[in-house]
Amino acid sequence: MTAAEKLNWEVVCRRDDLVAQSGVCARVGEAQVALFYLPGEEQQVYALNNRDPIGGANVLSRGIVGDVGGRLVVASPLYKQHFDLNTGECLEESGVSVEAYKVRIEGDTVLIRN
Amino acid sequence: MESKRVVVVGNGMVGHHFVETLVGKSAGAHITVIGEEPRPAYDRVHLSDVFAGRAPEELAMADRDTYKEWGVDAHFGDPVVKIERNKKEVVTQLGRRFAYDKLVLATGSYPFVPPVPGHENKRCLTYRTIDDLGEIKARAKDSRVGVVVGGGLLGLECANALQNLGLETHVVEFAPGLMGVQLDEGGSRMLRRKVEALGVSVHTGKNTQNIGKGDSCALKMEFADGSELETDMVVFSAGIRPRDNLAREFELAVGERGGIVVDANLLTTDSNIYCIGESALYDGRIYGLVAPGYRMAEAAAAQIAGEEARFTGADMSTKLKLLGVDVGSIGDAHGRTAGSISFVFSDEREDVYKRIVTSGDGKQLLGAVLVGDCSGYDSLLQYHLNAIELPPEPQALIAPAAGEAPVLGAAALPVTATVCSCHNVTKGDIVDAIDAGCCSVGDVKGSTRASSGCGGCAAMLKNLVDDELTSRGVSVDKSICEHFPYTRQELYHLAQVGETRTFDAMLHQHGKGHGCDICKPAIASILASLWNDHVLDTPHIGLQDTNDTFMANMQKDGTYSIVPRVAGGEITPEKLIAIGQVAQKYDLYTKITGGQRVDLFGARLEQLPPIWQELIDAGFETGHAYGKALRTVKSCVGNSWCRFGVQDSVGMAIRIEDRYKGLRAPHKLKSAVSGCTRECAEAQSKDFGVIATEHGWNLYVCGNGGMKPRHADLFATDLDDQTLISYIDRFLMFYIRTADRLQRTSTWMDNLEGGIDYLREVVIEDSLGLAAELEAQMTSIVGTYQCEWKTTLRDPDKLKRFRAFVNSDETDNGVVFVKEREQIRPARAEERLRLVASSK
Repeated sequence: MTAAEKLNWEVVCRRDDLVAQSGVCARVGEAQVALFYLPGEEQQVYALNNRDPIGGANVLSRGIVGDVGGRLVVASPLYKQHFDLNTGECLEESGVSVEAYKVRIEGDTVLIRN
Repeated sequence: MESKRVVVVGNGMVGHHFVETLVGKSAGAHITVIGEEPRPAYDRVHLSDVFAGRAPEELAMADRDTYKEWGVDAHFGDPVVKIERNKKEVVTQLGRRFAYDKLVLATGSYPFVPPVPGHENKRCLTYRTIDDLGEIKARAKDSRVGVVVGGGLLGLECANALQNLGLETHVVEFAPGLMGVQLDEGGSRMLRRKVEALGVSVHTGKNTQNIGKGDSCALKMEFADGSELETDMVVFSAGIRPRDNLAREFELAVGERGGIVVDANLLTTDSNIYCIGESALYDGRIYGLVAPGYRMAEAAAAQIAGEEARFTGADMSTKLKLLGVDVGSIGDAHGRTAGSISFVFSDEREDVYKRIVTSGDGKQLLGAVLVGDCSGYDSLLQYHLNAIELPPEPQALIAPAAGEAPVLGAAALPVTATVCSCHNVTKGDIVDAIDAGCCSVGDVKGSTRASSGCGGCAAMLKNLVDDELTSRGVSVDKSICEHFPYTRQELYHLAQVGETRTFDAMLHQHGKGHGCDICKPAIASILASLWNDHVLDTPHIGLQDTNDTFMANMQKDGTYSIVPRVAGGEITPEKLIAIGQVAQKYDLYTKITGGQRVDLFGARLEQLPPIWQELIDAGFETGHAYGKALRTVKSCVGNSWCRFGVQDSVGMAIRIEDRYKGLRAPHKLKSAVSGCTRECAEAQSKDFGVIATEHGWNLYVCGNGGMKPRHADLFATDLDDQTLISYIDRFLMFYIRTADRLQRTSTWMDNLEGGIDYLREVVIEDSLGLAAELEAQMTSIVGTYQCEWKTTLRDPDKLKRFRAFVNSDETDNGVVFVKEREQIRPARAEERLRLVASSK
């Protein structure tokens, strides 16, 4: 990784702050980002904006993660729509989505692309 | 056009059914109902339930308000005494006059009392109305022995009632056997064996000659054969006679042995006067069952509404439970048809008797008798009613020989076949309901009312629905979700048998993929009811809905509400003050719940632990308002304060709530305890409700409020404290083991084959031999109870989850409150924009 590339990644939190098979929330600038930790997967960590666009509250980090039709998803705790962890798309309502962020783990550190 | 004036004389079950049917046809008729009894129609068929603890009001089928709503003019307690046919008017005892265009006589019948000397003694009663019940009850108070005269259907019902009142009970019958109309000699003999085994003495072939003063009891009955029987009271239930006095007096044709003569249009000899129910004589026959009466009511209502409809007789087959004994009778039970042949099976070890009567070639079923086991009744009835050709070895239908008796497949039934005779639902109606979108037994039941009467057709209905769905290519997929090809019940067994304690192990052994928001909470709940580990223990994290994870209820803006446990709704002033102080300190919105607790709204995620620390310090524990678990046990104040209370309902509510608090179940569970039959705690709207009686507690099960309210069913009566608790233990654990995900107790029971009777067998009679195991499992769960909040507050790792952000101490700026009526509430979108703009 070049220095320039490294510059685009920002440290969010430590691996310890994550909860396996579940979500937590972090502040990245003004944004609230939901981080989902799936240690069994190749990518291990996924990031979506924490705001549920349907319920209108910052709650996605508190949903249940799983897979539906082969896609990794989180279910909103408010009205149970599923959001794709990779793309942020809502499975139930086409056209609705949340922002998905690039995120990775390096050693003990969780990094997000800004 | 002026609306047609229809006057209905009599407000029994059939009269009421007529009104209901005619109202449903919106034929623009103006209906007047005149009933002799002081109350609107009630369910006479279940009269004896009152002695088993059911309140008389529960038998009501109609009420004044409903009639008002329907625009029906109803008058009770003032019988019609005169018909002025030339003027087309009726006159009541109080002299009121009502004009009619069409008159409907639904005057029913009265109990026949043989003219034996002494029958007018005040200790000789009849059994027909709610008022009769009151008199029987009152008389039983100073009686030790009771005799029922009449060994027919009603007589045995009545014997059941006397037994329930604690009397030494005798049945005296003139004929040589019990239920001679419905049963053949063999069936009658078997019924007698069973009834006697239940402690009822049966005396047949007895012709009562005199009722005089007794020596050891109040009365002595003397029989023609010289024998005698001493008793304290006599109840006559020796058959019914049609109430045809109005017809006789006002010159309508009546039969030689009574009954108002009607034709297939249900018209009497006056073309403006109909007669329906037990007072009608059609084709020389009185129909003394409710179902044929209903058919008459429907036909008459259709005629008055201008439709084509006729009554051409009705099937008198019947299935019932008498004194707990299953009895079924179909068609020609005695084999009186010329050329008929019979097949008989009798098992005196198990006390089962079955007989079928077929045509000489063995192809058509003409009749049947079943005593002690009615499991084949539904199939047999269908063979009989629809003239379906019998299998080549018809005896296999009743012989338990090798394996199962062949069950008549639902597919073989014609569309006209009646599946539910209580509500007259045919196979065609059920197929239509499925075409209209019903895709479960519950849906079909809701839409057609099939199987919601006596419930006898439940198995047939399920069979039919499954069959129809399968034939339409709707695979009846019972998988809980795409990750587990099992039902919740199957998963429960897999976890229990495999002693599996984690979701990962379940997924690895029985599922695929990662799981989802359906199977994760479902399996977490199963594991909790099996092993009762803390919901936030590492392997269980991520399995729960947010409410369970954070042990509070998420509201629309992402904040939570908090409900501390207030067992039985009893709370000290000190504790109330403590709740108030916490609410004040954290500025929480405060509301009293329907379950007699206090709900505190508007707590942010990170505020939950400090709030709970203060509540626990004040002596509170978690109320599990967030869980699919026991919520609250509501109570009324009971006999400690109330003038009417007969037991300590608050004490019992607290005992129950403390026992089952934290119990995880397929859905939330609610309960209540009332201190008397006034039922102020609304126990009959709960999953399990308890109502105090003078002798103990009545237990009701499977009720609920909410979207589809349902009254709970009376399950057991006059229980002592310990029995009550052990029945609830078994009931709850059996529900937890066998219900589907998110299935409340009422739908669970509706889907159990055999319904409440089956449930009683399992819980009370221990038919599955499970009772001890169920109780042991409950004891183990009760023993491992922990206040989840107390445990959480002691564990820094668990507390880590209660942070708004893992990398910042800021709070969620999306949560904005405004004040309304002096308390906070979440800001609406437009209010939020305004507030955020002005703060910048």
